[in-house]
Amino acid sequence: MLEVRDLHAFYGKSHILHGVSLDVGDGEIVSLLGRNGVGRSTTCKAIMGLVEPHGSVRYRGKELAGLRTDLISRAGIGYVPEDRQVFPTLTVRQNLELGLRRAGAFGRWNFEDVFELFPNLRERQNNVAGVLSGGEQQMLTMCRTLMGDPDLILIDEPTEGLAPRLVEQVAVLLGEIAKRGISILLVEQKLTIALKISKRLYVMGHGGIVFEGTPAELDANVAVRQEWLEV
Amino acid sequence: MEIVLISLLNGFVYGMLLFMLASGLTLIFSMMGVLNFAHASIYMLGAYAAFDVTRLIGFWAALIVAPVLCGAIGAAIEIYGLRRVHHNGHIAELLFTFGLFFIFERGVQMIWGMLPVPYRVPPLLDFALFRVYGSNFPAYRGFMLLISGGMLLSIWLLLTRTRIGLIIQAALTHPNMVSSLGHNVPRVFTTVFAGGCFLAGLAGVIGGNYQITEPTMASALGPIVFVVVVFGGLGSLMGCFIASIIMGMIQTFSVIIDGSIADLVKGFGVSIPSDNLLGEILNVPGSRVGPLLPYALMILMLLVRPRGLMGNRDT
Repeated sequence: MLEVRDLHAFYGKSHILHGVSLDVGDGEIVSLLGRNGVGRSTTCKAIMGLVEPHGSVRYRGKELAGLRTDLISRAGIGYVPEDRQVFPTLTVRQNLELGLRRAGAFGRWNFEDVFELFPNLRERQNNVAGVLSGGEQQMLTMCRTLMGDPDLILIDEPTEGLAPRLVEQVAVLLGEIAKRGISILLVEQKLTIALKISKRLYVMGHGGIVFEGTPAELDANVAVRQEWLEV
Repeated sequence: MEIVLISLLNGFVYGMLLFMLASGLTLIFSMMGVLNFAHASIYMLGAYAAFDVTRLIGFWAALIVAPVLCGAIGAAIEIYGLRRVHHNGHIAELLFTFGLFFIFERGVQMIWGMLPVPYRVPPLLDFALFRVYGSNFPAYRGFMLLISGGMLLSIWLLLTRTRIGLIIQAALTHPNMVSSLGHNVPRVFTTVFAGGCFLAGLAGVIGGNYQITEPTMASALGPIVFVVVVFGGLGSLMGCFIASIIMGMIQTFSVIIDGSIADLVKGFGVSIPSDNLLGEILNVPGSRVGPLLPYALMILMLLVRPRGLMGNRDT
């Protein structure tokens, strides 16, 4: 459903992405792995139009490269940035409301689903989001994006800085997302949950894709893991 | 005592007028990063438009027509001007609005002339509302308070109770996230810019006949409005409100203070001769130092607390 071909991106004069190509199929969980600074986040931003994309980003056969971010989002792609970006002065519930594309336009997700999955958010629904813990903010950001009922969701480092128990919660939510038929492009640095839940994996290095395969293939490929993933 | 009470009321009226200008400016500034130099020009335009509409139809029509006209001009400036200059960075935007400021000033001079126009308080509101210690409080000032207070309440309700208000609040700090959620951020920008210009125009309608409607009114009020925005802090309407009232009070009270610092210490038996530079400065009466005070306060604020009273980021 998502086909990225020869994607280049720049920050000022520095060339960050050197021709990234990747695919995400219908209902697939695909992971994009790699160390910090290799261009994983930039790939997401370029797909979303937050960084100017050079190349082709096709979604359900429609070219997205060059469109405005909100139109890309409305085409059906959700984005959860790595720095969470909750709206700190709004309440938890208001944050979720802004995830909706129109007032009352519930799709596969409503407030009840979110609160069922994360009872903490229900308790704190009238608190401003700025006071939530890092883990709660992460859950809120993911749920906020889900409220817009995307068919594909790009999730950038959801487990970064989270305690193991919360990483487990993220994994549960990812499973729930997949169960509802939503495709996932998961950006991760560590292999932990990516190997467990992904159908296919890409490994990035120096602004390009250096490996593509199944979790089993990556597990067997010591050279790639050592050169591009392990510290 | 009476002069204190009257000045308190006048300071509050003036402060609310400042707030009508500064609230729009601070929203535009914190959301788009554009310090709109032409903001006070829109205020001037509102006053002139009100003058013409009042002559042709009447004051009450002007109260609606002039702000709407200013809002439309604001929307046009944003869509056809700022949006195009935007990719050249903030300096280009600044220069653009700076240029607009001069165009508006010259334009007003060409259309309405260099001299003040006789834009007057409507006869219906031209009476004394009440008397305090023998001084009249004009009904028109009460009307100004009513309009500006009503506006304050509406902005607050709009920003906290409506969906577009929530989107505006979110876009103040996280525009990219807001657009990633599928909201049309450029349209939000246009709305805010037009809304800010609407408020400036409304302030022009009710302020133009309270003060004097003349081509220099923009350059007279503009700097004070910047001071309010910096003093109050970016992105905070509450800070902006408090700063507006403080500046309104300072401007009003400084005029009535006759004494100088030298007079103050004379009360303690110290006399300062005015034959050297320092002595001369200390002998200047308060009413002459007054106009400088807002700027002095702004500099102090920038040195001590760059984010302003209640701002959420550094200026």
